[in-house]
Amino acid sequence: MIENSIEKIPDVFLQVPMVNFILLATILFLIGVFGVIIRRNAIIIFMSIELMLNAVNLLLVTFSSYNSDINGQIFVFFIMAVAAAEVAVGLAIIVMIFRNIKTIDTSLLNKLRD
Amino acid sequence: MAVFALIPLIPLIGFLINGLGFKNIPKSAIPIVAVGAPLLSFVLVIYTFLNFDSSQPQVVQFFEWITVSDFKVDFSFQIDQLSLVMLLFITGVGTLIHIYSIGYMVHDEGYGKFMSYLNLFLFSMIILVIGGNYLLMFIGWEGVGLCSYLLIGFWNQNENYSNAARKAFIMNRIGDLGFLVGIFLIIQNFGTLEFTQVFSQAGKFQSGDTVILAITLSLFIGAMGKSAQIPLFTWLPDAMAGPTPVSALIHAATMVTSGIYMVVRSNVLYSLSPFTLEFIGWIGLATALLGATIGLFQNDIKKVLAYSTVSQLGYMFIAIGVMAYSSGLFHVITHAFFKALLFLGAGSVIHAMGGEQDIRKMGGLWSKIKITAITFLIGTIAISGFPPFAGFFSKDEILAHVFEHNKIMWALAVLGSLMTSFYMFRLFFVTFKGQFRGTSEQEHHLHESPGSMTLPLIVLAVLSAIGGFIGMPEVFHFPHLLNSYLAPIFEGSKALVPNFGEVAISHSTEWILMVVSVGVAIVGLFSAYFIFGKNGSVPESDMEISGIKKVVYHKYYIDELYNSVFVKPIEKISTFLGSVFDSKIIDGIVNSIGNIVVLISEKIRVIQVGTTRIYVLFMTLGIILILSLGLIPQILDSMKVVFK
Repeated sequence: MIENSIEKIPDVFLQVPMVNFILLATILFLIGVFGVIIRRNAIIIFMSIELMLNAVNLLLVTFSSYNSDINGQIFVFFIMAVAAAEVAVGLAIIVMIFRNIKTIDTSLLNKLRD
Repeated sequence: MAVFALIPLIPLIGFLINGLGFKNIPKSAIPIVAVGAPLLSFVLVIYTFLNFDSSQPQVVQFFEWITVSDFKVDFSFQIDQLSLVMLLFITGVGTLIHIYSIGYMVHDEGYGKFMSYLNLFLFSMIILVIGGNYLLMFIGWEGVGLCSYLLIGFWNQNENYSNAARKAFIMNRIGDLGFLVGIFLIIQNFGTLEFTQVFSQAGKFQSGDTVILAITLSLFIGAMGKSAQIPLFTWLPDAMAGPTPVSALIHAATMVTSGIYMVVRSNVLYSLSPFTLEFIGWIGLATALLGATIGLFQNDIKKVLAYSTVSQLGYMFIAIGVMAYSSGLFHVITHAFFKALLFLGAGSVIHAMGGEQDIRKMGGLWSKIKITAITFLIGTIAISGFPPFAGFFSKDEILAHVFEHNKIMWALAVLGSLMTSFYMFRLFFVTFKGQFRGTSEQEHHLHESPGSMTLPLIVLAVLSAIGGFIGMPEVFHFPHLLNSYLAPIFEGSKALVPNFGEVAISHSTEWILMVVSVGVAIVGLFSAYFIFGKNGSVPESDMEISGIKKVVYHKYYIDELYNSVFVKPIEKISTFLGSVFDSKIIDGIVNSIGNIVVLISEKIRVIQVGTTRIYVLFMTLGIILILSLGLIPQILDSMKVVFK
């Protein structure tokens, strides 16, 4: 089965090792994580979250291509759709926060403690 | 489906209608349902009785009730001569007492509740005698105990009455435990609880076998509790706290005799255990004498009758102890007639006196409440054992069997019978003769009870007068109807015990015994007459009682003894457990767990800063930790490779 699928893999993938893609995705994901943890600006945090999502998307596409399995790519479309919806909601929340406290510094949003 | 399935069902329906519809049913409809149910049952019992002519017990199995591997209990009813005789007088006397209750309880606000309890009691009692196995009998046994509790404590606003109810319930529970152990032993040794199977298997045991001994003794402990024998009898006099019809129905005529029914039902087992029989005989004798002596000095009209009941129950057990099962049952029946009559008569007196129960405050009631007085006199004569009233025949039969068995036992039983005659006539003379000693208000209030109360009195008086003719002694050359009817019940015992049921005494001895028992009854009558009847003297007030009389008057201080031996130590232990064990140890454990949680929370609440970023950090660290846990074996493996 695996031998069969290797035959179908385009040449370009055989020239570039899969580990490169995995490393790239990991680096992207870690940038996202650290972005969320370190930065205070809500927009930046939001971008970091998108970065994590896309790192995962990259991984899915990679595995899909190297295994000649279309399912992974279909899944990516779903993630994209959900991410788009999430962006709409998230940005709306950020706008509302800005209207209320005239800033989007998340370190001021510590009301969860009380 | 046999028609007798309806016999217990009808009172149950009556209970449901009056019980669930309590306060919603119009007051005029209550008695129709409440009396209609037992009456209908009684008619069905008579119908069944007339159509029953087989010598074999008729068992109807409704469904398989409990099945555990090869042990199985059916929900089955058994109709035979014994259960029919019991059913006849339970539903018959029960119906009369229901009618009486209509008049007696009509002004009580819990009228409907009371009548529904009575129906429930009748249902349980019928289940007890009709059940085809020990488990079903036990259901009825518990049911009557529950109803007894509910009805003793019927006026539960009075704390003493509630306490009396609790006392009765707890004492019965002690006995029930014995019964339950007996049932378990039967399961273990016979593998079944069905009467027919147990009794047919009993033949495999030798007479005096320890297994049978254990079973019969355990079952008898149950009977001790229910039928108020030493040492579990103290609840019965206290049970007089209930309304008088309850005392008549439950604590005189029916429920307290269920212990005798149970032993007679298991007669095959008891016949195999001579030791148990001897034990029962002496317990019965001791109870009979104890009850009679206490009855001599009581001044509460219902207490006298209560101790008299204890004493008469003792006689029934004496009869069983000498293997005269049918004589015991005969006394159960006659006792149901005259004791129900006496209790209902007492209720009528109390009704007329406006709630007064102390006989020292009565007197001279003969002309005021004539029907009650005459019927009460008939009951008194019947219980004292004057021929040809019912009590004479049954008591004489018991005494004849006892004489044949053991002369000392006989002499003591005759002594008890002398005391019976004395205290009953004392009660009669003090209550109905002499001068009226109550208040003028009470004298003005005196009136005969309504027809619904006097009718049962009259019927029961007739039964007390002629009820004894179902068991005439052999010397009169009349057939002993009861004995010949009940004969199939004792086939099993007859097969196992060679000389079962044979009376070996000659006719002349029997005449002498009869003359002796009539003689002591007359002595009792005249001594009571000369002390209380002739010059209208009254028992002294509580202050003047002294010496040994005081001990007897205070019931030999048995209640106080039980109190200090059982109740007080248990109270002490409970207080100790409550104040030390519960509040220190149990609460200590629970509280310290709470305290530990609070302590830890105070330390770690600092990490809850409320900022999302920190939570994300912890989450990430957590994920890293979990993932790396899975990597540990691989890391260890690679380290092995490195350090090799």
